[in-house]
Amino acid sequence: MAAGVAAWLPFARAAAIGWMPVANCPMPLAPADKNKRQDELIILNVSGRRFQTWRTTLERYPDTLLGSTEKEFFFNEDTKEYFFDRDPEVFRCVLNFYRTGKLHYPRYECISAYDDELAFYGILPEIIGDCCYEEYKDRKRENAERLMDDNDSENNQESMPSLSFRQTMWRAFENPHTSTLALVFYYVTGFFIAVSVITNVVETVPCGTVPGSKELPCGERYSVAFFCLDTACVMIFTVEYLLRLFAPPSRYRFIRSVMSIIDVVAIMPYYIGLVMTDNEDVSGAFVTLRVFRVFRIFKFSRHSQGLRILGYTLKSCASELGFLLFSLTMAIIIFATVMFYAEKGSSASKFTSIPASFWYTIVTMTTLGYGDMVPKTIAGKIFGSICSLSGVLVIALPVPVIVSNFSRIYHQNQRADKRRAQKKARLARIRVAKTGSSNAYLHSKRNGLLNEALELTGTPEDEHMGKTTSLIESQHHHLLHCLEKTTGLSYLVDDPLLSVRTSTIKNHEFIDEQMFEQNCMESSMQNYPSTRSPSLSSHPGLTTTCCSRRSKKTTHLPNSNLPATRLRSMQELSTIHIQGSEQPSLTTRPPPTTSK
Amino acid sequence: MKLLPCSAAKTSSPAIQNSVEDELEMATVRHRPEALELLEAQSKFTKKELQILYRGFKNECPSGVVNEETFKEIYSQFFPQGDSTTYAHFLFNAFDTDHNGAVSFEDFINGLSILLRGTVQEKLNWAFNLYDINKDGYITKEEMLDIMKAIYDMMGKCTYPVLKEDAPRQHVETFFQKMDKNKDGVVTIDEFIESCQKDENIMRSMQLFENVI
Repeated sequence: MAAGVAAWLPFARAAAIGWMPVANCPMPLAPADKNKRQDELIILNVSGRRFQTWRTTLERYPDTLLGSTEKEFFFNEDTKEYFFDRDPEVFRCVLNFYRTGKLHYPRYECISAYDDELAFYGILPEIIGDCCYEEYKDRKRENAERLMDDNDSENNQESMPSLSFRQTMWRAFENPHTSTLALVFYYVTGFFIAVSVITNVVETVPCGTVPGSKELPCGERYSVAFFCLDTACVMIFTVEYLLRLFAPPSRYRFIRSVMSIIDVVAIMPYYIGLVMTDNEDVSGAFVTLRVFRVFRIFKFSRHSQGLRILGYTLKSCASELGFLLFSLTMAIIIFATVMFYAEKGSSASKFTSIPASFWYTIVTMTTLGYGDMVPKTIAGKIFGSICSLSGVLVIALPVPVIVSNFSRIYHQNQRADKRRAQKKARLARIRVAKTGSSNAYLHSKRNGLLNEALELTGTPEDEHMGKTTSLIESQHHHLLHCLEKTTGLSYLVDDPLLSVRTSTIKNHEFIDEQMFEQNCMESSMQNYPSTRSPSLSSHPGLTTTCCSRRSKKTTHLPNSNLPATRLRSMQELSTIHIQGSEQPSLTTRPPPTTSK
Repeated sequence: MKLLPCSAAKTSSPAIQNSVEDELEMATVRHRPEALELLEAQSKFTKKELQILYRGFKNECPSGVVNEETFKEIYSQFFPQGDSTTYAHFLFNAFDTDHNGAVSFEDFINGLSILLRGTVQEKLNWAFNLYDINKDGYITKEEMLDIMKAIYDMMGKCTYPVLKEDAPRQHVETFFQKMDKNKDGVVTIDEFIESCQKDENIMRSMQLFENVI
């Protein structure tokens, strides 16, 4: 029920008295209003901004947070108000929804923030009013596309170790940047496409005269050379096509795709030429077939994103193009007819028939104006000028639509590329921040162990050892410590000072990455499965690159005595020399027996 | 829309003129109710009740008056399955005591005051007024049939048992048998009040909506 309609319910009930005299049977009892209380103002404190409204206003929508008893959870006894730790700007829209029954979407608001707020207050976004719904849906769709884009590229970049040969090949074909072999293949095919196209072009250039005969095109003069080139290109293309045929997950779909058809059309003429004998009858058809060789140039669309975008634009503007074509045809027929009848009277007129006038009309409408057909009568000239004016108009109308479509798609692509490029840097920064938290644990461990060491040895050390951690940090570290104790997997602290105290460490603990590497190296476990390496940050890069990096490191960096409390990024850590020889013994300790 | 400058519309069509006038009318129709104290004296509601009622009223109708369209819309929201436009039309006429085509807040309050705080006599009077469509003091069978059909329409098509064609007519017959004492085919106000006062059910149901506000 809409907002204010709830206010009219008393009226509707009162008006029901009009049915009473007509009714034949007794009426049911009215529900008793148990919690009849006077309408009161309630204060909603949203992050400091106070909103006030009547209780009944909120109760109009009992299935939302504010309309139900759920808001009691947010009631603050001391200040007698409802406190919400949320965005006051969006709350304004939410409260207006209760007041007016219409939910609006403010344009300046971020779509996901708005969605979150709506979800919090238990309001379905579907009830956004018509005035704002389109905008909301557009923004939401844009956002979803962006997220999907990101996810897609993320999935593509994740190294999936268990790809079959066929799948790797398919990925190499689709995205040449995945491996150097794919890149080489990409450039080689590109080169051969160019060679083939240039060959076709040069073949027809007149190449000087052979004594005793007329000027020949190069193709006939050096026919053997050109034939060899052609053969080479076609061989490459055939091999490429067969490889592409082998790789895709869905061959049927691949065969039906445009690119594969172009591939086939590009190499077919050669094979047909091989098969056909040098017969006079079919050589004419054979020459025609050679025209199809020019389609090889379309193979370049795999190499150029711009071409692909153009093709996609034309496809998406099919309706505009259709309209253009249709209107042009209409205009051509009309003007051709008019011109024919106008020029019928003049002598030696080139406008011999209406189809003959088509040529004139097309040339005029597109403002080409070859001049091979010109109207001679006055009427003809008048209609000719009208024809050229209208031609400009008709063509100019759908073109901006196509242009704007192209621009939109092109920019979208640019944005996607830019985002993908930035994503790497972003993820790297995020990784640094995440490992910072794991390092915090290591540092607290060091501090803890050092404190232990202090207690045991009794020697006063620097104050910086006693770094105070916040309550949350210490609770978090305690949690991680509990996990250590439970699982027996461990991080090891790489502090030089602690190497002395290794004997105090009874159980497996969290192992630092380079310690792990060190252990890998020293225990010469060549095929250490990457999954066993524990890490706080769940980033796959940490586990998968561990041992691969190990294999690359051949030299030890010079000994660097670093204080325990200096925060290090993962990149830094990887360059720090691994200390001592006592550490390996830690990993060989037997796992602790967890007593319940 | 004028595409060619020479085709200026010298005589604007009457439809356009009317809509312009309508717009002006809609913009200028604003009604402010009487002062709160006056309304309190006129009706049987307390100040607080009037405040609550007015807030609801003004929320739905910011211009201060309800026209028949809005009235029908509001009423149909309560009866989504059926068609309540006819009954809402009769109800509108019952509320619009001065017959100016709009129900102002005063009309609204007067009506509600009778229905919720009035004596049984007043309520029955009001009901009679509702049934008497042409306000001539007599309820004829045709008028009653219209009312009955309107009430049954509000139920909609999906009822159990399925609505029979002559059910309204039957109902009207029953009503007239009960109410029409002198069997002259019309029901006057006195017959109506007398018959209702004799009927236990009706009397009881009149008190049903006492505590609506």
